[in-house]
Amino acid sequence: MTAEAEVLSLKNIHMAFGGVVAIQDFSLDLRAGEIVALVGDNGAGKSTLIKIVSGVYTPTSGTIRLGGETTSFADASSARSKGIEVVYQDLALADQQPVYMNMFLGRELTKPPFGLLDKARMRQESQTLVDELDVRIPSASSTIRDLSGGQRQGIAIARATHWASKLILLDEPTAALGVAETARVEELIANLKAKNLAILIISHSLDQVFKLSDRICVLRRGEQIGIRETAKTDKNEIVSMITGVA
Amino acid sequence: MVVYIGFLAIFLFFAATLYDDGFLTQRNLTNIVLQTAPATIMAIGLVFALSAGEIDLSFGSIVAVAALSAAVAMQSFGLAVGVIAGLGAGVAIGALNGVLVAYLKLPSFLVTLATMGLFAGIARSMTDLRSIPVMNETFTGLFGSGKLFSIPSLVIWTVIGIGIGHLVYRHTKFGAHVLATGDNPRAAQVSGISVARVRFYVLTICGGCAGLAGLLYAGRLQAAKYTLGESDLMTVIAAVIVGGTLLNGGKGSVIGALVGSLMMGMLNNGLILMNLKVSDQMIVRGLIILLAVAVSLRDANR
Repeated sequence: MTAEAEVLSLKNIHMAFGGVVAIQDFSLDLRAGEIVALVGDNGAGKSTLIKIVSGVYTPTSGTIRLGGETTSFADASSARSKGIEVVYQDLALADQQPVYMNMFLGRELTKPPFGLLDKARMRQESQTLVDELDVRIPSASSTIRDLSGGQRQGIAIARATHWASKLILLDEPTAALGVAETARVEELIANLKAKNLAILIISHSLDQVFKLSDRICVLRRGEQIGIRETAKTDKNEIVSMITGVA
Repeated sequence: MVVYIGFLAIFLFFAATLYDDGFLTQRNLTNIVLQTAPATIMAIGLVFALSAGEIDLSFGSIVAVAALSAAVAMQSFGLAVGVIAGLGAGVAIGALNGVLVAYLKLPSFLVTLATMGLFAGIARSMTDLRSIPVMNETFTGLFGSGKLFSIPSLVIWTVIGIGIGHLVYRHTKFGAHVLATGDNPRAAQVSGISVARVRFYVLTICGGCAGLAGLLYAGRLQAAKYTLGESDLMTVIAAVIVGGTLLNGGKGSVIGALVGSLMMGMLNNGLILMNLKVSDQMIVRGLIILLAVAVSLRDANR
């Protein structure tokens, strides 16, 4: 891989809350069109790392480079404006609003001359987007609460895809889904690679990690245990890295 | 929607039973609209507050303080200062509620319960319980008995209020942010919406609407008194809920609130024409509101 393709580069990230070290010396390069899985037990530091990358936390030390340039995020909005989108575990959807309003939540389209909402355009762009990603919903005007868990997850991912220009973080994307819906969402995530975005996924399901990811990064109690190419490792190795038991 | 059916049912019932008492006369029907104008304006503000997941219980007290402020200021300084004092008092009290809720993170139910009592007391002490006459004819014309192209000014205020309210609620970014905040504050926050600012604004809008309602009362009655707005709390909340706005936020309707408000006005009017005692009116009204709210909420949950 060339340096140009490197989307996000974390180098020697260190994060401490008071005296408690949450992340120590974490380094990872993410490339465009690549899915990296972040695995580790509860309390390993995955959520902290997600929050650092999405701009919620500022690391105690270490450098973040985005598209080759050193950067820092003042807050989540600043990370978002730099092309990083997060699909939260709770999806962050407004249940009683239509799909298209969720797709443009906080970034609604308006039309001149009075700056009123351009609902027609939001509806149409949302429809194009869900069609393109093959998220099967009755229509872009459907209310979120009338959709299934898998459809909601699909909307949240479609929204992230629409706004992300560099990186998508997926936090436990299928934790709440049934078997068939999980398969649909996994298919959707695999298709995102074609969009040339970097994808960082947190998952507890090793089956899923092995199915989707190109590389696997293991954390244990804030420490980076190692990164493996998915094709060159197996579940036993990853499990022993996660647990520390050989 | 339920509110239209309820509206029609009550209308038909009174039209049939009170035909001989003059319910259907143009004069009586116009009167209903004129009498409901202040409540309708308050209801618009409340739609915004409830949709954002907040509540305002203090608007009745704000009405009294605003009307008295306008009346007192007008005595010494004339029309413009009076209007500004009335609206300003409403906006200022609303903003106070807003700061306490949005930035000090206190629950709006408790904040506005407290300010309701606080400003009810201030309204009483402002003029020592006295009623202040409003003599300025431009004012009473503008906010009360006046007409433009033979349309009563109170009807014009209602139409303007509902028009602007509906437009902002349904067709602006702010309206969308209000709904998102009430629906899922966390989702709104992570989407870059300033949830605190939305909460501040909806309570300020509530105060401003109550201030305007105070002017309308003072204009129509040609006097201001601490009792103004006192009895509107239940009616306005009921009108808004029956009109399809959820108490928990995320969904609502300004047009529905208008229909709900007219329905409540019609109910008051019909019960008076039926010659019921005041105590019986209160009982019947309470029961009908209970029924109406129950039916609307069943409908909303489906």
